[in-house]
Amino acid sequence: MEVIARFEVPYYQYLNEESAVVAPLPEFAKDPEQLLHLYRLMVLVRTFDAKAIALQRTGKLGTYPSTRGQEAVFVGMGNALAKTDIYVPYYRDIGTLLQRGVKLSEYLLYWGGDERGNVFSADKDDFPFSVPVGSQPLHAAGIATAFKIRHQKRAVLTVTGDGGSSEGDFYEALNVAGSWQLPVVFVVSNNQWAISVPRSAQTAAQTIAQKAIAAGFSGEQVDGNDVIAVRDRVAAALQKAREKNEPTLLELVCYRHHDHTTADDATRYEPQEIREIEWKKEPVARLRRYLENNKLWTEEQDKKCHEACAAEVEEAVTEYLNTPPQPLESIFDYLYARLPDIYAEQRETLLKKEVPAHG
Amino acid sequence: MADISLLEAITQALAYEMGVDPNIIVLGEDVAKNGGVFRATLGLLDKFGSERVRDTPLAESMIAGISIGMATQGLKPVAEFQFMGFIYPALDQIINHAARIRNRTRGRLTCPVVFRAPYGCGIRAPEHHSESTEAMFAHTPGLRVVIPSSPARAYGLLLASIRDPDPVIFLEPSRLYRWSKQDVPDDGKALPLDVCFTLRVGTDVTLVAWGAMMKETLAAADALAKEGISAEVIDVATIKPLDIDTILASVEKTGRCVIIHEAPRTCGVGADISAQIAERGLMFLKAPVQRVTGFDTIVPYARLEKFYLPSEQQIIEAVNNVMEFA
Ligand SMILES: Cc1ncc(C[n+]2csc(CCOP(=O)(O)OP(=O)(O)O)c2C)c(N)n1
Ligand SMILES: [Mg+2]
Repeated sequence: MEVIARFEVPYYQYLNEESAVVAPLPEFAKDPEQLLHLYRLMVLVRTFDAKAIALQRTGKLGTYPSTRGQEAVFVGMGNALAKTDIYVPYYRDIGTLLQRGVKLSEYLLYWGGDERGNVFSADKDDFPFSVPVGSQPLHAAGIATAFKIRHQKRAVLTVTGDGGSSEGDFYEALNVAGSWQLPVVFVVSNNQWAISVPRSAQTAAQTIAQKAIAAGFSGEQVDGNDVIAVRDRVAAALQKAREKNEPTLLELVCYRHHDHTTADDATRYEPQEIREIEWKKEPVARLRRYLENNKLWTEEQDKKCHEACAAEVEEAVTEYLNTPPQPLESIFDYLYARLPDIYAEQRETLLKKEVPAHG
Repeated sequence: MADISLLEAITQALAYEMGVDPNIIVLGEDVAKNGGVFRATLGLLDKFGSERVRDTPLAESMIAGISIGMATQGLKPVAEFQFMGFIYPALDQIINHAARIRNRTRGRLTCPVVFRAPYGCGIRAPEHHSESTEAMFAHTPGLRVVIPSSPARAYGLLLASIRDPDPVIFLEPSRLYRWSKQDVPDDGKALPLDVCFTLRVGTDVTLVAWGAMMKETLAAADALAKEGISAEVIDVATIKPLDIDTILASVEKTGRCVIIHEAPRTCGVGADISAQIAERGLMFLKAPVQRVTGFDTIVPYARLEKFYLPSEQQIIEAVNNVMEFA
């Protein structure tokens, strides 16, 4: 017997649970302004998230998937993207999307049950939300194929969950990206749960990152509670994609600190002790401690920051709540470039319909 | 006996049949500890253990494919898809294999699987949670498509579907899951597949519907009765194979027919029913057959969703239309 191949999966972390620096910081993290910017974004996301849950609980928003505990994952990803890159989201991505110009009110509109939440008014190329789990990595691979065919120095970033990494489409996307050497970065936000099913039930593999190896490219595991590590590794992978047309898989290890969505009840299946242990690693406090330890941030500043975020969120909520529903004809008018004439009669029937009393 | 909901009737049927048939395996996403996202499999894990009640990795094509393999070995998988819109990744397995394995092997291998899924709109859920594409499965040779619309029919039809030797797509109207309750004795008695149920006898017009639209259809029949119009109401229940004889016998009596479904109009199951009435019952008709259906659109997100569903008022208008013919 001889060994014909050997592989390794690196793990990246800069700030550990106690906010101690455990590896030489990347260049951007030496600039306090950049760290403060990331911190403010994470506070904004957490504030927004709590508000969105409250809106749902009071009947002002539909089913909502919280991003609590995953702030570093999405804020870090969004911060690493270049404007000319394309982002292909799933459904917990407010931290990324707001850096792509998506307004908080647009995000609320989507979860309030309004298609205009997919319009992403500030960005014309990013993909809309993707609810069918694991389907979107293939779109990312397709966009990357277009970049490559056109010799554009652009990269695609897409994200799915640990559960999503079990879908056939996910593997197919990795496979074609390796085979064609596509400029795409696949992120798995491993929050340890797919609704009630734990990560251990999805795969016997030690890491999700190693799934890249079978597709012929490298995979890394990253501490998804360390925004510095997320920002750094996503940026490095995007650069590799733009410059060398090389794909990467990044497994960002984090934790879902809320029910799967507001329609779920995690107490049915999640041991409370685990959540408590995981909370000690959470990303917002981790960066804050680092900033305070280095005299870059004070309690007073933190209070002001939270107030400013709360005000920004309130403004978005007001805008959302004051957005009238779309006109009824919108149900027909985006189906085709030009609505075939035979549907004119159905469209008329719709417009004449009185408000029904369905519950 | 306490009255139970359609959802609880599903659970009751699963528990009953698992108790008598050790070959039944329940599998799907979140079906074990969580009891399914709607709780249809609640309590089964405790009763029957993790060998028979299995959370799967998140992959629908896998769920369908392994169910087929298990079934050929004499197991009877009852696979849950979280919503009808998430069956789509499994269509290859269902259409190309589950529906065909008996035919392909000339009966050597068979596929007694039940593929369950909540379906239909009206629960203000996000996109893909509102599908009613039963016609797609009804169009597939080799499948049965069964849709209950009351707790008793959910119980009896699910038992029959599990006992059936062929694959069944069993679609549960999520809008009716907790809508009304009735006493459903847990006696293991199946209802017949492949027949329609006449829920209300009438003489002036035949209303044909299934799934959640039975709610508006029955309400419309009540309202019409007050106007002096006597409607016969038929719950199709088994969409494929379709019991056209019951529908034709009713239309022969009433001379008028209105078909109601929430699925999009074009190529909906209503089109086939209407065609069969035209082929075999044209001489019974006093008025053209009418359809009251969903639009040929994607179900709108929650804010406009209510405008998509056919309303009781639309059914009444259609009946008034057909009544105007002599
Ligand atoms: C194809 C498909 N199957 C099932 C669902 C229902 N569903 C929505 S989210 C989810 C779990 C996803 O878990 P994971 O991929 O880990 O992402 P997370 O929500 O934890 O971020 C499931 C099963 C779906 N949306 N799409
Ligand atoms: Mg997850």
